[in-house]
This record gives sequence, structure tokens and C-alpha cells, in this order.
Amino acid sequence: MKKNLQREETFYESIIRKGYSRRDFLKFATYMAAFMGLENTMVGQLVKTMETKKRIPVIWEHFQECTGCSESFIRSDHPLVADVILDTISLDYTDTLMAAAGHQAESAKQASMKENYGKYILVVEGAIPTKDDGVYCTIAGRTAVEIIKESAAGAAAILAFGSCSSWGGIQAASPNPTGAVPVDAIIKDKPIIKVPGCPPISEVMTGVVLFYAMFGKLPELDDEGRPKQFYGKRVHDSCYRRPYFDAGLFAETFDSEEAKKGYCLYKLGCRGPVTYNSCGTIGWNGGVGFPIKSGHPCIGCSENNFWDNGPFYERLENIPGMGIEATADKIGKIVLGAAVGGAAVHAVATNIFKKKEIDENKEMGEINEQNLNE
Amino acid sequence: MKTITYNYKRVYVWELAVRFFHWTTVLSLTVLVITGFIIADPPSFNLNVEATNSYWFGYIRLTHFAFAYILIANVIFRLYWAFVGNQFANWRNFIPYTKKHWQNIAHVLKVDIMLMKDKNHNLSDISIGHNSLAAFSYFLMTLLFFLQAITGLALLADTSGWWFPKMFHWIVPLLGGDIPTRYIHHISTWFFLVFVVVHVYLVLYHDYVEARGEASSMISGFKFVRAERFRKIINKIVSTITKNQTNQSKAKKTDDK
Repeated sequence: MKKNLQREETFYESIIRKGYSRRDFLKFATYMAAFMGLENTMVGQLVKTMETKKRIPVIWEHFQECTGCSESFIRSDHPLVADVILDTISLDYTDTLMAAAGHQAESAKQASMKENYGKYILVVEGAIPTKDDGVYCTIAGRTAVEIIKESAAGAAAILAFGSCSSWGGIQAASPNPTGAVPVDAIIKDKPIIKVPGCPPISEVMTGVVLFYAMFGKLPELDDEGRPKQFYGKRVHDSCYRRPYFDAGLFAETFDSEEAKKGYCLYKLGCRGPVTYNSCGTIGWNGGVGFPIKSGHPCIGCSENNFWDNGPFYERLENIPGMGIEATADKIGKIVLGAAVGGAAVHAVATNIFKKKEIDENKEMGEINEQNLNE
Repeated sequence: MKTITYNYKRVYVWELAVRFFHWTTVLSLTVLVITGFIIADPPSFNLNVEATNSYWFGYIRLTHFAFAYILIANVIFRLYWAFVGNQFANWRNFIPYTKKHWQNIAHVLKVDIMLMKDKNHNLSDISIGHNSLAAFSYFLMTLLFFLQAITGLALLADTSGWWFPKMFHWIVPLLGGDIPTRYIHHISTWFFLVFVVVHVYLVLYHDYVEARGEASSMISGFKFVRAERFRKIINKIVSTITKNQTNQSKAKKTDDK
């Protein structure tokens, strides 16, 4: 009975019940609106929605993963953020954080999925192994493939949290021994929002959940299925070291004077120019910093296949299957050299094999030269 | 000792539009390759300046993008010219879709690449415009150009405010992200370089062996073609004109005397 009552609560009621003041609530609404990339004028609407909207049940599945995304998620810097996610939306199942365990946990999930069929959000953390009938990841005796198919059936939308569930991640890196695939390789008939990153920024994950919870629709997605407000820009384009890039001031080694001065890390293999994320704007640990700010180049953790696009400290990655150090430029130089050499050899051969024609042309030309009028 | 030499006629092969296209491509390709390699692996001068006072890398990128647009416009113009230009500029030269094309490719491979003896000495084997193999290589380079342009524009799309580069952004998810897109853009550059070496060498080869103005034709537009290859009637007209001219000049000379 009590459970049902809670489910009828709005976001606002549950926040107030927790002992927060209305002022805290308004601050939180403003804060989240900013994170979601909404306009100022939308704050009012957000407040209104939170006051009237019922909470949304969430099922959070963990497959092949390190729980790093959950760790990042619970470290949102605004206290209300974590509260909103963990209490206000009803997180009905997440085997890492929930109190129940074993059969109890599984039956709670089944009950919630049945009760909220077609309405709940499914969060997926981790890739799904498909090789050998999916035996490489089993929970409660069932494979990840089986579980995802079951939980996705009644989901209103799926949020793929982290690079593993978005792209396959490190599990799917070559040689991919378990045949790990991302969520969208298995589930085709549901809206899937990719929130890649290893892990994603906490505020980004919260922002996406809230957006859906508030507005009941998916945020605007880019061509690759990521929410535009968080993945619309390259790290490079919001990087505070960008002026050094444009000025052509680069650090070439980590121990150099240039690195100390905070020059651009482009030549140290920074993946900022090819990575879409909010690190440069939202930042990590409450906006304190992000890798580049700490002097380390971006490794592009939110990009597809980032683990295989190494080495991390080189600008140009190795060509797969061609051995180490076989970068495109080395092969290019060899091929170009071969072309020049081939042309030289051909030129010599021409003088030998085409001697007759060349001599004939020359002879005729000489005759003509002799017969010129003065 | 032979007393006859071949008679050649001057033919306007490359129209001004074609030559303009050629040299604009040369210029923009040179600039694009140089700036492209600088962008891929910039030298670090690290002059003792503040970032505020320097923008050279920004200008390198600006140059790269500007010349990319010049080359794109140039190719679009040339595609148009492939339909309105003369017979040597026509698109039919570039795609080997007939038996004739393939016979010519086989001939060029045998005689010019493998340097085998040309036993038949068939005049029609010698192409007046492009030979079919060269033309086919330009067709392949056009395809490579499109790959290069689309990957380049797709990479530019997110920082551009213009709809034109944004039109090509779809290729990024298709290739699996910015990293592979950029990689393909980089590797393609080497194909252009190899093409340039082979192309320039073969132009010089033809000029040297055939001695009919292959290299200079891209400046003047004219190539020299054996008189036997013209219609008889044209030969007659042309020879009467020349005869008249010589008669006139002879008459003039006698007058002078």
C-alpha cells in the first residue's frame, strides 16, 4: 500500500518530503536546466513539470562492465542530483545499489517490469557478449542476451550508459574474445540513447535521465544516436587550450618546458579533435577539471572503438594487421618512393626498348633542320 | 637516308576551360597536400610568444579549407564541361564502357607500360586526346577526390555554420566516427601523391617518345597529329590554302625583286 502511494508522488512532493526547501528545489531546477542545455525561459517549465509529473520507474541492467559508470553516476556534485536519481525516480532494479539481493532482487525486477510495462526506462551499462551462446555474462543463471531482450520488450526507451553499451567498449576491442556487442546490435525496435564515455560524465547521465523523465520524450540526437546537447561539440572545440592549438604552440614531450606552460597536447596524441563530449564545458568532479586540464591528452574514451585506435600518444594510429609501427605515412613514403623509382627505371628502359622510334624521330628532325630556308 | 618526314597538323585538343581546370587543380592540390601534412603533424616552432600573438596554425587550416572549396568548385565546373566541352573533354573518354576503350587500354599497357614492340603500327592506336588508360586513371582519381572531399567536409561540418559541409556529415557514423574518417582522409592523400608522380612521368614519356607536344599541349592547348588521320577533303582544302599562300608569297617575292 505504502509502495503504491510513493509511486503516485510527483518529483516535487518527493523532494519536499526528503526535507529540502523550495529554494533548494528551484536551485536544482535551474542547475539541471543549464546542464540539459535548455534556455533560461525553460526553467519555469521544468519546475512546473517536476511539480506535476509522476515519477518514472527505471530498470538498470549491468552486463560486461566495470561499474565505473555507476560510480561516476552516484558522484553528481549537486546533492539533489544523486537524490533525484536514486530516490525520486524509482530505481526499481540495479543489482549494484539496491538493498535486495538474489531471488528477491530478481522478483522485484519482474514485478516492476510487469506493472510498468511499456512505461519504464531501461538503463544498460556494459556490453553484451554473444559468442558461444552468450555464456560469458550470466546473471541469475541467464545470459545477458536473454535478459536484455526480456527487459527491452517493455521499455519505453533505452539509455545506453557508457562506451561498452554504446559501442562495445574495451570488451569489444580486438580480438573481442567474447563477441561483445553494444545494445543497438541486439535491440532494434526501441529508441536507444547512447551516452558514451568511459565513464560518461555524471551530470550528463543525470541530464539525459531527467530530460526523459521531465519531458517524456527523447532529447535531440545526433547521427550516431547521442544527445546533441552533450555530444554536439568536440572536446577540442571547447578546450581551454584551443588558443595554443591555433597559435601552433605544441608540447612535444611530457617533461618539456612547453608542457609545463600548458601548450596544446595535439602532438602528444590528443584525441580532442575527434572526440565528442562535454569534458571541456561541464568538466569532471564538479567541474574541477578534465584530463587535458591535468596535462594529459584526451584518449577519446567516448568514441567508437577508442581502444583499438591507439597508440594513445601518437597522432596517427597503426594500420590494423600490418604489424606495429606501420603507420600510413611510412607505407605512403615507401609507395611514393617505389613510384619515383619505377618511373626512373621505366625512363631508362624506354631509351633502350624505344630506341628505334626515338632515333627515327631524331633523324627526321635533323633532315628537316638541314632543309630550312635561311 | 630517308628523305620524307611525316606531315603534322596542329589540332586544338585542350580547350581553355580544360587547361584552366588542370592548372587550378595543380595549384590547389599542391597547397592542400602541403597544408594537409602540416595539419596532420605540425612542426613545433614554439617561438617565445603568447598564444594571443600567434595564429599561424589557424591560418594553415584556413588555407586548407579555402583551397578545398576552390578544388571542389573546380571539379564541379569540370563535370559540367564533360557534357558541353569538345570531344576530348567529354565524359565518354573517361569511363571504359566500350570494347574500343579496353582495346586501347591493352595497347597502352603493352606498348607504353611494358615497352613491347608495336608490330601493327596502327595510327588509330595513338590517341589524340587522352589514351583510355590515362582517362580511366583520371576517372578513378575523381572518385578518390569525392571520397577526399566528402570525408573532409564531414570532418569540417561540426565547426562550420554552413549547410554545405553539414550535408556530408552522414559519412562519419557510416565510417565509425571521426577517427576512421580522418584516417581515410589522410591515407587518400598518399594516393594523390603517387598519382602525380606517375602522371607527370608518363606525360614526359609520351612527349619524349612521340615528339608531338604532349607536355606543352596543357599550356597551348594544341597537339600535333599526323596528316594521314584527317579526312581527305580537309587535306585537300588545307593544301589548296597553303598552295595559294605560297603562290602569293612567291608572287610577293618576285614583286619585291
